[in-house]
Amino acid sequence: MVAIPSRHRSLALLAGVLLVQIMMLAVQIKRDSRGRLIRVWAVSAVTPFERSGAWGFGRVRGVWHHYFALQSTVRENEALRIENDSLKLAISELQSKAAEADRLGLLLHFKANNEKTAMVGARVIGASAGTASRTIEIDRGERDGIHRNQPVITPDGAVGKVIEVYRDSAQVLLLTDKDSGVGAMLVDSRIQSPVGGTGELMLTMKYVAAEDTVNVGEKIVTSGMDKIFPRDVPVGTVMEVRPGTPFKQVRVMPAAKLDRLEEVFVLLTQEPLEFQNGAETPSAAAAPSAPAGASTTAPVVSPAAVKP
Amino acid sequence: MNDTFELRGGESHIEVHKFFPGAIAGATIVALTLQAMFPVHLPRLDILDLPLLVTIYFGLSRRNPSTGLLLGMTIGLLQDSLSGPTVPLGLYGIAKTVVGYMASSIGARLDTEHPLARFSLTVAFFVLHQAVMVLTRRLLLAQPGPWFNMHLAMAAGVNAVLGVPLFLLLDRLRRTS
Repeated sequence: MVAIPSRHRSLALLAGVLLVQIMMLAVQIKRDSRGRLIRVWAVSAVTPFERSGAWGFGRVRGVWHHYFALQSTVRENEALRIENDSLKLAISELQSKAAEADRLGLLLHFKANNEKTAMVGARVIGASAGTASRTIEIDRGERDGIHRNQPVITPDGAVGKVIEVYRDSAQVLLLTDKDSGVGAMLVDSRIQSPVGGTGELMLTMKYVAAEDTVNVGEKIVTSGMDKIFPRDVPVGTVMEVRPGTPFKQVRVMPAAKLDRLEEVFVLLTQEPLEFQNGAETPSAAAAPSAPAGASTTAPVVSPAAVKP
Repeated sequence: MNDTFELRGGESHIEVHKFFPGAIAGATIVALTLQAMFPVHLPRLDILDLPLLVTIYFGLSRRNPSTGLLLGMTIGLLQDSLSGPTVPLGLYGIAKTVVGYMASSIGARLDTEHPLARFSLTVAFFVLHQAVMVLTRRLLLAQPGPWFNMHLAMAAGVNAVLGVPLFLLLDRLRRTS
């Protein structure tokens, strides 16, 4: 026992008596919704220790789980990695199917709009093996009524023409091939000139006189003069105009996405077709800026406008 | 046991008084009984705090802090008990414990027999009693109340005025040597 000096004995007694009475008060008093005061005090006194204890336990548990109890983590990681890979594959397949459904829906819509025009839908099954030519192979041939020089299109625009026909397949020369050409005309100025390939993604309008005015952004459609394509099939959009003698150099972005063809139509007749406005607009993703001297009155074509 | 003895501190000497057996208990019971009757029969005398006056008197007379605080505690708890369910046990108890302790401590150092000293000390202890009560109410009961106002000032004066003759009356309970 700790001895209390006699002069402090009464003071200690006072403190004890007051404490007892305060505790007695606390037991009796009820604070509205918080219960009895003694309970409030008890909770308030214990809560910091509980909080500290919980924090300490949490830290210890965290250290244990993150640094010591990792026996199963490697196995779990491996299983998760395999599951992740399979999920990625599944997502990719689903995305591919969704894109295919979109494309097929677009084709169906296009065919419904042009039901009077005889055409055969075909799937692209191959492409030219080298860079010297730009051709694709489709899964339709003689048995489907396919012949040489029939035009091939997509809902976006002209693709090319059939150059070889086999029993169940055919070869299509794309507009981008160096030897390719299609009779075309500028929509606004009605200037007619063949559009041919360059071996790259861009086309060129070959014989536009130096004095003719060509605006960047102007649409180009087939003229029907080549006796292959019907009139007014979208060919592309003027992306660049350079002065030249005796002809301007006009670079054209194809209306159809010739670098990512999957389904096409082979036209069996030369009946006029109905194209949606949006489908005429080519991709401007790779559009170069207009050179000095070229007209820039036409608005810049938005890549979003390309989407049907 | 001596009836009266002296505390000697330096040049001063202060008497510690003894009382007839049952005097303190009897005075306490009478004070509490009268205090309990005031609200019913004499509402105007509600301003008086007879248990406080008894606490002060015996604290000053006994001059022993331990005895004083225990007496104050006992009187206060009894007053709490008689004050109904709205007053928790300990409210008056704490205040009168403090007053009893302070009265005993001061009584052991000063001569508190003079009427003027008794008047002044009664006012001071009334104020202390009130301060402890308000503090207890605010801190423990969450019942805000005025620290002091005119009514309480008047009550302090009335209790002090009554205390002077009451203390003379209680002096008669002392045992003479």
